[in-house]
Amino acid sequence: MTNYEDDKDHDHEHDHSRTFQADHAEPTSDGARIGLALRELLIEAGHYTAEEEQTVIAAMQDASPRDGGKIAARAWVDSEYKKRLLDNGAAAIRELGYEIEPYEFTVMENDASTHNVIVCTLCSCYPRSLLGMSPAWYKSATYRARVVREPRSVLTEFGVNLADDIDVRVHDSTAELRYMVLPERPVGTEGWSEAKLAALITRDSLIGTQRDLVLS
Amino acid sequence: MNEPWGPHDLGGQEGGPVDLAERDTAYWEWQIDAMIRLSLKKGLISDFAELRDGIEQLTQDDYDQCSYYERWAKSLAHTLVSRGVVSDEQLTKQIENVRRRQEAGT
Repeated sequence: MTNYEDDKDHDHEHDHSRTFQADHAEPTSDGARIGLALRELLIEAGHYTAEEEQTVIAAMQDASPRDGGKIAARAWVDSEYKKRLLDNGAAAIRELGYEIEPYEFTVMENDASTHNVIVCTLCSCYPRSLLGMSPAWYKSATYRARVVREPRSVLTEFGVNLADDIDVRVHDSTAELRYMVLPERPVGTEGWSEAKLAALITRDSLIGTQRDLVLS
Repeated sequence: MNEPWGPHDLGGQEGGPVDLAERDTAYWEWQIDAMIRLSLKKGLISDFAELRDGIEQLTQDDYDQCSYYERWAKSLAHTLVSRGVVSDEQLTKQIENVRRRQEAGT
């Protein structure tokens, strides 16, 4: 779906065709059994094949926060690009060769007086194609409930202690509109290459549950 | 005050600390995810809204007790049965097959 030139470390040797992976607990809840039974019926009836399933899973597993990091790093080094990214996120992201689903995409910029954080209170909408699988806490009832009610105290739990004069903006995603945060470029990175900058950018900084990036 | 619209309407509710533990996605969860994407691609369902609707109709107990992908699985099953893609009977039988296989440890 996107460029994965740096993604040679992903191991595709494991056997995707097995129903269960030996290293995972068996999904024995009712809900999981319903899903597995349905999957088997759909494959048996020829609605899709096990090979198609493997292709879809491999593509999903390939998406990672590295993609979001590359987009943010480009915005740091190219002010014209940054302008386009903040103006029309979806178009600017496609410009870099990423295919994103046909929804609106808004990138919110952190600065000295503003901190942005994203959530999906109703469901768990997340920019999967740019950040990969969402973390478990993003889908949790407590994060979804509380981050819109008391964002500062939720952020404290993530180790982000915001000064009182910093505005917090919480963005509630929907199926049609996704968000990503553009973190602040750390001081001391003047003259760094785009690739080196991109490597600094973490998943949580693109969600907004991390504010300061650590120089490596 | 603002009453929630349903079990999914969590925004602004109170709650305890966020559990920050990272958790790997199990393979069966990837399979459910792929099943949803392929069901959309093949036209078995019309859009995500149809699935969300199914999730929003879960009872509070079901919603609270099911994990994320269990909710999606239940919603997709409900949708595909009501659309006649699979029958209730077929599904019940296959769930039993899965259970028996798991209990036999194979």
